[in-house]
Amino acid sequence: MSAYLTKRISYMLIILLAASLLIFSLYALTPGDFISNNIKLTPERKAELREIYGLNKPMLERYGIWMKNALHGDFGYSLAQQKPVLTLFNEYIWNSFLLAAVSTFLTWLIAVIIGVVSAYKQYSWFDTLVMVLIFAAMSLPSFFIGLFLIKIFAVDLKWLPPGGMLTTGSNAVGWAYAKEVIKHMTLPVVVMTLLGVGSLTRYFRSNMIDVIKQDYIRTARAKGLKEGKVLFRHALRNALLPAITLVGFELPALFGGSLIIEKIFNWPGIGQLYMQSFGLRDYPLLMGFTMLLAVLTVIGTLISDVLYHIADPRVRLH
Amino acid sequence: MKDLIQIDHLSTYFNTESGKVKAVDDVSLRVREGEIVCIVGESGCGKSVTAMSIMGLVEEPGGKVVNGQIHFDGKDLLQLTKNELRTIRGNDISMIFQEPMSSLNPVLKIGEQIMEPLIIHQKLSKKEARERAIQLIEQVGISRAKQIVDSYPHELSGGMLQRIMIAIAISSNPKLLIADEPTTALDVTIQAQILDMLRQFKEQSNMSIMLITHDLGVVAEMADYVIVMYAGKIVEEGEVVKLFESPQHPYTQGLLKSKPVLNQRQDELYSIPGQVPNPLELTESCYFHDRCEHCMDICRTQQPKLKEVALQQKAACWLYEEALVHG
Repeated sequence: MSAYLTKRISYMLIILLAASLLIFSLYALTPGDFISNNIKLTPERKAELREIYGLNKPMLERYGIWMKNALHGDFGYSLAQQKPVLTLFNEYIWNSFLLAAVSTFLTWLIAVIIGVVSAYKQYSWFDTLVMVLIFAAMSLPSFFIGLFLIKIFAVDLKWLPPGGMLTTGSNAVGWAYAKEVIKHMTLPVVVMTLLGVGSLTRYFRSNMIDVIKQDYIRTARAKGLKEGKVLFRHALRNALLPAITLVGFELPALFGGSLIIEKIFNWPGIGQLYMQSFGLRDYPLLMGFTMLLAVLTVIGTLISDVLYHIADPRVRLH
Repeated sequence: MKDLIQIDHLSTYFNTESGKVKAVDDVSLRVREGEIVCIVGESGCGKSVTAMSIMGLVEEPGGKVVNGQIHFDGKDLLQLTKNELRTIRGNDISMIFQEPMSSLNPVLKIGEQIMEPLIIHQKLSKKEARERAIQLIEQVGISRAKQIVDSYPHELSGGMLQRIMIAIAISSNPKLLIADEPTTALDVTIQAQILDMLRQFKEQSNMSIMLITHDLGVVAEMADYVIVMYAGKIVEEGEVVKLFESPQHPYTQGLLKSKPVLNQRQDELYSIPGQVPNPLELTESCYFHDRCEHCMDICRTQQPKLKEVALQQKAACWLYEEALVHG
């Protein structure tokens, strides 16, 4: 196991090095930068600022500096926000994580339960109804459902706030603060769950349908086990195995934020910050964030491989 | 000997997209205490579905027991609720299957899988069940039981897995063991060991065995009583020696003729001409008529009934009905 981990981690480092090179060149080679956008500056002032920010150095040297600092845990300074990139991440990422974690949890929970039940009762009216609803949810674009729910629950019924994370001007603390956040996050979480739950339910349903037909399920029934035990102890464990691969992909998604949802609900998350930085060509922030996603993706894959090994005794790690 | 299980007029049908398949069609049979009954027939003749009907495990939706009674221990299994049936399944009646490799759950330890029925039926604690599981593994002739109990199915061979399946099946001292082609997937030397083991357990505990097979060698070695099925019906049944000595139904005769004889080199092995009829296209007739060398007019239009044709031997064939009529 430790030999395997050493090998895997060294591969990961190589992949990340290549990714960093790719990410850096992508942003560095794109014409224009943060300064060239600003029409208020004179050419002399622009040249001066480029000198200060080190943008006039050769590309390879700039990459070297960026990498060196990154390895020391310094991802640079956001030009637009005038704060260190990591400080900004810390400010915004947890807001996104909150939404993503709750909706991912709900998505998986609902998908597993509905997937199992509709596989068990394949072609029943419940199964058909679920399939219709799932296709409906999957077919509607997120901005439509988002705006639609805002219209109903925030504007017409006034049950929930239309956006933001806290009521404007609120300085609630403790429980009151938590309650306020929960109220604000309800709609975005519902929309994110609706969007994700469809494909995942179908995934679990089809896995479960395959597993239920296996001989060992027949054996479990022949032993006289209760149907619940057969389904959840014998079938579900096997049906969940292929989903472990997906767990790895969820990791970057948890921290990556959601551009559209955060925009619609005006949620102060990293997705919005990212989008905004694109317009401003705030390259240090963009590079830092893209690199962070790369790191999370690689770690996620490693985690899912290790989980696979734990969950399925047939899988050996080499 | 007392009857242990008695099946009367069992019919199990499957609704498929192309129509109704009568997988088991009006089948009656019985197994007595301490007896080994073999059900023989080609693939798709309804042997396994008969077994699954007894266990209450016919796959729904699609499959359904539409008629009949299965008397076991003073109860009609078909009238029991799912919960009542579950207390019998794996306890009084247990079953082993054809493919040991796929019959055990790949992600659960061998021990856990043996312990499950012990915990539900025998109400053993986890610790007691584990002890008993180790005993059972030893009992089915596997050494290193203490290691095996913590290993996973993929770490064992097919023969060992079938022994484990037997260990699970006998764990609650069943009255009836249904073995659905238990040796088909195993190689010949292992086959003999598994059959010996089944017979040995039968002797020890006076359980009955319903052995489903298409291997006449296995039948000759194991059976007390033989039932031959064809296209969902019983075509012949009888005491084993009689049936092998003087098979009455042309299908049984054909089956026995197509069995290779040891130490005899035949140029060509006999095979029954034609193929098993499509179960969707069966009409009132003897289902074997188009493959039968003795086919008469009546065989094409009417179905013969299972009748006693000799002492302890029944066949469903017009040849014998005619003989009776024209005596």
